[in-house]
Amino acid sequence: MNSTNKTIPSADNLINILSDEISKEIDSNTCLIGIPNGGHLIIESLQESLPTNTEYGLIDASFYRDDLDISGLKVKDKTTNINFDINNKKVILIDDVFFTGRTIRAAINEIFDYGRPKEILLYVLIDRQLSELPIKPNFSACEINISNNTYVDLKNNNGKLEFKTRQIND
Amino acid sequence: MTKLQLNKTGNLNHLLTTEGLEEDLIFKIFNLADSFLNINNRDIKNVPLLRGKTVCNLFFENSTRTRTTFEIAAKRLSADVINLDIPSSSQSKGESVLDTIDNLIAMGADIFIIRHSQPGIPEKIAKHVRPNVHIINAGDGHHAHPTQGLLDVFTIKKFKDNFKLLSTAIVGDIKHSRVARSEIFALSALGVPDIRLIGPKNLMPDNIKVSNIKIFDSMEKGLKDVDVIMMLRIQKERMTGDNIPSEEDYFTNFGLRKKHLGLSKKDAIVMHPGPMNRGVEIDSEVADSDQSVILSQVTFGIAIRMAVMAMLIGKNI
Repeated sequence: MNSTNKTIPSADNLINILSDEISKEIDSNTCLIGIPNGGHLIIESLQESLPTNTEYGLIDASFYRDDLDISGLKVKDKTTNINFDINNKKVILIDDVFFTGRTIRAAINEIFDYGRPKEILLYVLIDRQLSELPIKPNFSACEINISNNTYVDLKNNNGKLEFKTRQIND
Repeated sequence: MTKLQLNKTGNLNHLLTTEGLEEDLIFKIFNLADSFLNINNRDIKNVPLLRGKTVCNLFFENSTRTRTTFEIAAKRLSADVINLDIPSSSQSKGESVLDTIDNLIAMGADIFIIRHSQPGIPEKIAKHVRPNVHIINAGDGHHAHPTQGLLDVFTIKKFKDNFKLLSTAIVGDIKHSRVARSEIFALSALGVPDIRLIGPKNLMPDNIKVSNIKIFDSMEKGLKDVDVIMMLRIQKERMTGDNIPSEEDYFTNFGLRKKHLGLSKKDAIVMHPGPMNRGVEIDSEVADSDQSVILSQVTFGIAIRMAVMAMLIGKNI
């Protein structure tokens, strides 16, 4: 399943693959936490196919990032929102693209300010295999190998989820 | 002064006044403050945003609420906070304000929260310091108290839908009030079409350059159909001159009482920057009523101050 691509597969296919994997993992003690904006879009599209009593939250992690002095503080439309007790829960952290691992590091730090989960798993659509930290997804729907200077993220284009790419300087 | 507040890329570098702040920037501060409100609702209320930074509370004038909320805000951002006890410090030994600032910068201060009785002192300090040192004006004489002005309009936003449809009234000694001045400029920047100033004629301003202001010397006329009533503290220490009414007369003419709430819109909110003189500018029955959002202002004030400090340190918001 995790063949390495040079191009980016369709978001719908990857979300279906991710949904199947999450269904195998989910139980009554599991909650899903998305990282905005991609993780939030994924959770929105998964909600219909997952058990109705599953708890969902968001973790933005902007205030926990390590690059405030370099990239500055960015406020997203969707911010952290966890309205349930995460102590002893199995947390499935969901993001669109796993890149350097720094967002996940920040997100894990913030999660621990909400409580002590039993375990945290990371499920993503795309693993770019460029982690700069000892952090890897537990599951990725695909692996891609593209230039470091290409930024990839999931967008909602009039109701259809699509990956957008753009070149970044530096 | 607007140029001094923003750096070359248009980000906030100091906060000295609400005069000249763009609507867009004010809404960015609001969005960030909203994020911090969520944090203030959880058990662990700190985020590591200003870890390793030092915030210096430099109050040359007394304050309890403002100083405390700035301290809480800075600590929730994980900054180190220094509170300077000015009366017993070097100031009384004749050290100039700028020398004090230079010494604190040499000790590693990154943000200064300044309150001073003399208008323009925070601006003077902002002109003096390096670009990576930031100044927040926490009240300079009669001039400005921008975080209070911003938290007041943020409070209004929490209770009212559209600034562009609002009637607001500010009641009290507008002439000597830095809070009123900061509120007026913030309301004006957000497009509030009706800003009424109510109070004794001799306590009305004569030099505020904002077009949509109307002045009233009667509560009955001024409060008619307003959405927001913003009371000001009457500084009792000033109420001594021939032209200044007694506390009793002031309460009779301009103290906000329940009967006045019948003049404003039914869902009007009542605000006060605190500390309140109950029975002078506001009756307890109103201060403690369902329409009062005075304690919400205090809570929102922490979020606004967190947002301003975060914006000074973090660029590109």
